[in-house]
Amino acid sequence: MNDSIFEISAFVQGCRSDVKYSPFMGIEKGAVLQEARVFNDPQVDPRRCSQVITKLLYLLNQGESFTKVEATEVFFSVTKLFQSKDTGLRRMVYLIIKELSPSSDEVIIVTSSLMKDMNSKIDMYRANAIRVLCRIIDGTLLTQIERYLKQAIVDKNPVVSSAALVSGLHLLKTNPEIVKRWSNEVQEGIQSRSALVQFHALALLHQIRQNDRLAVSKLVVSLTRGSVRSPLAQCLLIRYTSQVIRDMSNHGQSGERPFYEFLESCLRHKAEMVILEAARAITELDGVTSRELTPAITVLQLFLSSPRPVLRFAAVRTLNKITNFMSDIADEFKIVVVEAIRSLCVKFPLKYRSLMTFLSNILREEGGFEYKRAIVDSIVTIIRDIPDAKESGLLHLCEFIEDCEFTYLSTQILHFLGIEGPNTSDPSKYIRYIYNRVHLENATVRAAAVSTLAKFGFMVESLKPRITVLLKRCIYDSDDEVRDRATLFLSVLVGDGTVDTDEDSKEFLFGSLEVPLDPSEEAFDINSVPKEVKSQPLAEKKAQGKKPTGLGAPLAAPASGFDGYERLLSSIPEFAAFGKLFKVDPSTGEAEDDGVEDEYQLEDLEVVAADYMVKVAVSNFRNAWESMDEDLGHVDEYGLGPRESLGEAVKAVVDLLGMQPCEGTETVPSNARSHTCLLSGVYIGNVKVLVRAQFGMDSSKEIAMKLAVRAEDVSVAEAIHDLVSSG
Amino acid sequence: ELPPKVKNILLLDSEGKRVAAKYYTDDWPTNTAKQAFERTVFTKTQKTNARTEVEVIALENNIIVYKFVQDLHFFVTGGEEENELILASVLEGLFDAVNLLLRGNVDKREALDNLDLIFLCFDEIIDGGIVLETDANVIAAKAGINSADPNAPLSEQTISQAFATAREHFARSLLK
Repeated sequence: MNDSIFEISAFVQGCRSDVKYSPFMGIEKGAVLQEARVFNDPQVDPRRCSQVITKLLYLLNQGESFTKVEATEVFFSVTKLFQSKDTGLRRMVYLIIKELSPSSDEVIIVTSSLMKDMNSKIDMYRANAIRVLCRIIDGTLLTQIERYLKQAIVDKNPVVSSAALVSGLHLLKTNPEIVKRWSNEVQEGIQSRSALVQFHALALLHQIRQNDRLAVSKLVVSLTRGSVRSPLAQCLLIRYTSQVIRDMSNHGQSGERPFYEFLESCLRHKAEMVILEAARAITELDGVTSRELTPAITVLQLFLSSPRPVLRFAAVRTLNKITNFMSDIADEFKIVVVEAIRSLCVKFPLKYRSLMTFLSNILREEGGFEYKRAIVDSIVTIIRDIPDAKESGLLHLCEFIEDCEFTYLSTQILHFLGIEGPNTSDPSKYIRYIYNRVHLENATVRAAAVSTLAKFGFMVESLKPRITVLLKRCIYDSDDEVRDRATLFLSVLVGDGTVDTDEDSKEFLFGSLEVPLDPSEEAFDINSVPKEVKSQPLAEKKAQGKKPTGLGAPLAAPASGFDGYERLLSSIPEFAAFGKLFKVDPSTGEAEDDGVEDEYQLEDLEVVAADYMVKVAVSNFRNAWESMDEDLGHVDEYGLGPRESLGEAVKAVVDLLGMQPCEGTETVPSNARSHTCLLSGVYIGNVKVLVRAQFGMDSSKEIAMKLAVRAEDVSVAEAIHDLVSSG
Repeated sequence: ELPPKVKNILLLDSEGKRVAAKYYTDDWPTNTAKQAFERTVFTKTQKTNARTEVEVIALENNIIVYKFVQDLHFFVTGGEEENELILASVLEGLFDAVNLLLRGNVDKREALDNLDLIFLCFDEIIDGGIVLETDANVIAAKAGINSADPNAPLSEQTISQAFATAREHFARSLLK
């Protein structure tokens, strides 16, 4: 018994150590060359010979070098294998002949065999023999087989046709005058119904005619109107079109750029490789205008949010090329690029350094207000989303305001510095920048700077003395607002009791107020304002109603009474410049105490059942479920009809109810036939609700669901069931 | 303006050693140069997870797309001006064709046991750097003209292959 166990375990060990097993283990060139003698056998064994060829190929592929003698010997032996009719073996023979690269005197030996194969009934022989022949022959031999090649180009079988065309492409380098004679046949290939044959024919015809400007132009014209059958051929066409456009502009043709429409239409092609090729081609046009670039940029932006890494990479590379000539293009378009950079930063947070450097560089250059605002917003987004970027980002902004011509931007940035600066590791380094603004800028900016200084003083205990000193210098400013603020904040800071220093006051002074006076084009979203930059479809982006992602993102502030409003409003730099608060009749211009009625348009708001539910998760569903009274629940079964997948049905129900999936039960494993989803939420009226939804999918993809609902109020449980049965 | 050109196709194992490779340009004239390139490519991509999606890097003026499965690393290289998606479609054609040819068992062992199919597969995708075919079904059909019937009995395999298969089955059932 013990012996057998020992044997078995030894065997198992042997199996385990086979992890490094390779059929080529211990292979040695000399031994294989010996084995190759079997090629000379009068009765060729196809399987055995194929294996030896595989070993030879392996050796060659691993970089083993064969001496001239060895190579010649092997080559001669291999040629004997043409006797065998075994198709598998013939394939291997073709392969090894190509690898051995015989010299011209050796080639003679196989020429007749290969030429015979070139006319064989077997398509695979024809195609491969052509490829081998064209690889190893010289000019004289080529003329001998020329007519077969021309026939092959128009062969019914597309594999044969492609073989001849691709061989032609190679031969064009060494024997151009011969290949050029095949133009007619190649032209036929362009009309081929086979997509790849058309691709190969197009490549060859273009190469043949590439020095003839007119011919290339004609080719492009006919194909941009005709039917191109493969994405590869379309990519070729785009490349040739670019060439034609270049040639035309070089020869002084002016006006609307020809073929631009064709390139632009390719941006809507269904194959992504074509879209990319077209976008690249457009960005590389000579003297491209922003109008021409915009559709290409848009499409590249979409690629940035693709789940495919290759697409994102390609988009980044192309966008990079564009940013290299930023200075030549108009502002509105630069903004599009800046937005793209912003999305890039969100997608690739680790790359923030280079992107931030780029943004701060262009911020220093010439530019209009909207453009600079877009850049500042992008920097702010990066600071908000990527903690590591905060310090450098804030410094960039500080440097910018030293030289900023736009009051609005300076005040916004100062306000932002007041929020983010105190939370950094060394807030004092920003003080110098802020204080300088008090001396060097206009009143609005000075007022904002004073507020920011005060904020630092309030939030950072250690800076209080220094800030107090700085603020003291401001109380003699020439402007009312600046003096008032300095005095107010100084009192608060020093705490001499003339101003309340409780939390509410602090909130009044330093909180911000969001008063949406402009009618927004978007419906007001009750749920919190998301701060991430989501990839937005084209239509949404064009609408001006963006969720506030820049400096305008607010906190809600309480308000009570006129004075409260006044304090609040005057602490906001934007409103400070408006002067004192009063209520005016717009028609007469006189102040009225009661204020004036005004109308604001709101978007239509659709209320759905899910709006009555708030998503509230529970950490331990089971406990919560057990703790609820079963009698206050309701259980029922439903047929949901056929669906594509169980996951789709589950998602539909979760969305309908508007409840929060718990314990990861919203994820349905693919190919699952059954699933239980646990949901929880709070219904209007503060009623806790829990749902257990058991799904099952039968072989005809019909979904059945057993819904168990428990709630603190039984009518709510019933309402949920009504919702499902009617929804 | 030239047609898209592939510079090389590489199949490396999980230690970066060459299983099969085909070079179509003179950018790496000696075997030493080729091996150095393979080592660099392997190291630079080792830590990435290219098992679900095709990934891409730029390296030494080249663009390389790649995908991994089990202990095999597939690479396709093009020039830096090349259309990355064209390279990706070549890679996907290669990857899926190998999957068909090896009947779903894509690992180094299986590849070495069927190296002839791998070489034929390379040969059917690219000719001298020019894309010949990208459809995996067509590639596999053309390369597999040689392969044994899937339902073939063990006697069709070589002795060593038969031993290997038997050992594997036995080991697997023991180790369960």
